[in-house]
Amino acid sequence: MPVSLLYALEVILNGLMAGIMYSLVALGFVLIFKASGIFNYAQGVMALFAAMSLVGFQNGQIPFAEVINVIFNSDVHNFGWTMPSFMAIALTVLLMIGFAFLVERVILRRLVNQEPIILFMATIGLAYFMEGVGDMMWGSDIKNLDVGIPSGGSRWLEDATIGFAAAGEDFYGMYIDVLDVWAAVVAVLLVASLTLFSQYTKTGRALRAVADDHQAALSVGISLRSIWVITWAIAGIVALVAGIMWGSKSGVQFSLSLIALKALPVLMLGGFTSIPGAIVGGLIIGVGEKLFEFYMGPLIGGATENWFAYVLALLFLVFRPQGLFGDKIIERV
Amino acid sequence: MFYREAGDFKTSYSDDAQTFPIKFDRLRYYVVLAIAFGVIPLLINDYWEKSILVPFLIFTIAALGLNILTGYCGLVSLGTGGFMAVGAYSSYKLMTSFPDLNMFFVVILSGFITAAVGAAFGLPSLRIKGFYLAVATLAAQFFLVWLFNKVPWFYNYSATGQISAPERTVFGYAVTGPAAPPQATYLFCLVFVFLLAWLARNLTRGRIGRQWMAIRDMDIAAEIIGVNPLKAKLTAFAVSSFFIGIAGSLFFAVYLGAAEPTEAFGITQSFVVLFMIIIGGLGSIFGSFVGAAFMIGMPVLLKNVLTGTLGWPTALATHVELTVVGALIIIFLIMEPHGLAQLWRFAKEKLRLWPFPY
Repeated sequence: MPVSLLYALEVILNGLMAGIMYSLVALGFVLIFKASGIFNYAQGVMALFAAMSLVGFQNGQIPFAEVINVIFNSDVHNFGWTMPSFMAIALTVLLMIGFAFLVERVILRRLVNQEPIILFMATIGLAYFMEGVGDMMWGSDIKNLDVGIPSGGSRWLEDATIGFAAAGEDFYGMYIDVLDVWAAVVAVLLVASLTLFSQYTKTGRALRAVADDHQAALSVGISLRSIWVITWAIAGIVALVAGIMWGSKSGVQFSLSLIALKALPVLMLGGFTSIPGAIVGGLIIGVGEKLFEFYMGPLIGGATENWFAYVLALLFLVFRPQGLFGDKIIERV
Repeated sequence: MFYREAGDFKTSYSDDAQTFPIKFDRLRYYVVLAIAFGVIPLLINDYWEKSILVPFLIFTIAALGLNILTGYCGLVSLGTGGFMAVGAYSSYKLMTSFPDLNMFFVVILSGFITAAVGAAFGLPSLRIKGFYLAVATLAAQFFLVWLFNKVPWFYNYSATGQISAPERTVFGYAVTGPAAPPQATYLFCLVFVFLLAWLARNLTRGRIGRQWMAIRDMDIAAEIIGVNPLKAKLTAFAVSSFFIGIAGSLFFAVYLGAAEPTEAFGITQSFVVLFMIIIGGLGSIFGSFVGAAFMIGMPVLLKNVLTGTLGWPTALATHVELTVVGALIIIFLIMEPHGLAQLWRFAKEKLRLWPFPY
């Protein structure tokens, strides 16, 4: 095989992996949008918050240590223990469920029947709030997240692919981060379990009913409020998974919350209401932006990943305003 | 008693159609103008100019612009930061290419350039609606910032990639550059705020503003009664970008002095301006002023209280500030989704009946 083709293949593979990572975030958006019609901007910050809490629990940090120190003039930082990963994850899951309760109690319940734009703004406010609280709780320094997922380049793939190129060519095998492969596996498991959950459990059916038609669901006796709590809790857990993956990849820091912005074009491509759409959209965006950067980046100055996804989604929407798999938009006077 | 129409007789149609039909409102308007133009320049110092008054005036212009687009025409935009960058860079290019051009015209021209860019990015709004459009405007935000980072022509091939404003004068007083006196920069911005607020108020009262509002309330119905959606949406984008471009130009040239696109015109800026119009009130000129005052004043106040009075570390104060801003936005949306302007409207209704409850 010619080297240029091999490089292109490598770029495509890496793009697919990156796409999966985007899909992980987009998934949380879709869940909440389907169940409550809310466009949850805070999804990215939820991922950041979950990852921060996970690290905090693991290292036995005292929550709000900074605030306590300032107010009481004390100097406390750690409980002095380290928690095993599975316990920390369980605690974080509990925290995210508690958070879902709080969101329903304080925000959703009072904003029922408002226009979608108002709800969207409320989630932006929520994003700011959570970011501030997260920083106060766990500190704003960059943290290392390690829950035992292997990372680094895959030796096996490198050895397997190095023979593809003719001897003497400038090619040393393909590079793929093992972490990304794990992320792909986790994403597949997550989607599979979500699908099973929504197809075969009573709660899952109720979730789908609400997504289909709020009023009809209410009239057959489904409690909208508990459904909202459940969706936000699930979205919180999805955020935790995304937070773990992104956090292990690039450290837990503020920029993690910006992946929410990256998930938006994914959603636009796939349609806001479709779970397969989120996955396919993520893959298209991932491959598209990596290929564009690979071929066009050097010509026009690089760092095209910043905007390519948005422009792609924009052009796509002009021709198909509801996205790939979204429900057709019908408007009447 | 003092706030009502009774006894204020209108004898001509133009009297009847005036902006402030109530005498008290008219008086208040002139008093505010007199204070803004006559009293504040006498009292202003560097601190008030740099940290409160000038940013307040500049962001009022930006909020007015976004309010025209989002509040009056119903098109949500998250590209404000990008359009401000267009204003800033076009004023930089104009200032350096035509050193003799009066600063006033530089700002106006950058507004027109931004209007053209904004109209171009507004084209997809004909097909894309709601959230999809909000996300589509992010394309403008990220693309424009990237463009100003990567194309050296925009920053005149300077080594740092920054742009910095050379000194320019109006009537012999420097309004840009480090030596500009606070009175000059304040008045320069105030003149723009005054003119643009007047323009916005009258645009939204007239034919074109009504077209925007018809599109906002229901675009299909508006189309059927004869509003041309292409024209209405594109003019909304153009006028809004004109305002935002002027704000960006003043923000860079008068306020910052030197700027770098990722920091000064990032996505945060877009959100801040959006918060201003939400908190102030969508579709209200007065709301743009209050929203800008709130979003500029509150962080300054919090910072002074937390780090100044209580002596907290700055990093922690920033986190508290984020939390408070977020919580306030949620509280405002729950208590009064139509913003502070709605409270003002209630107050006016009450005042009219006062001292009777009904």
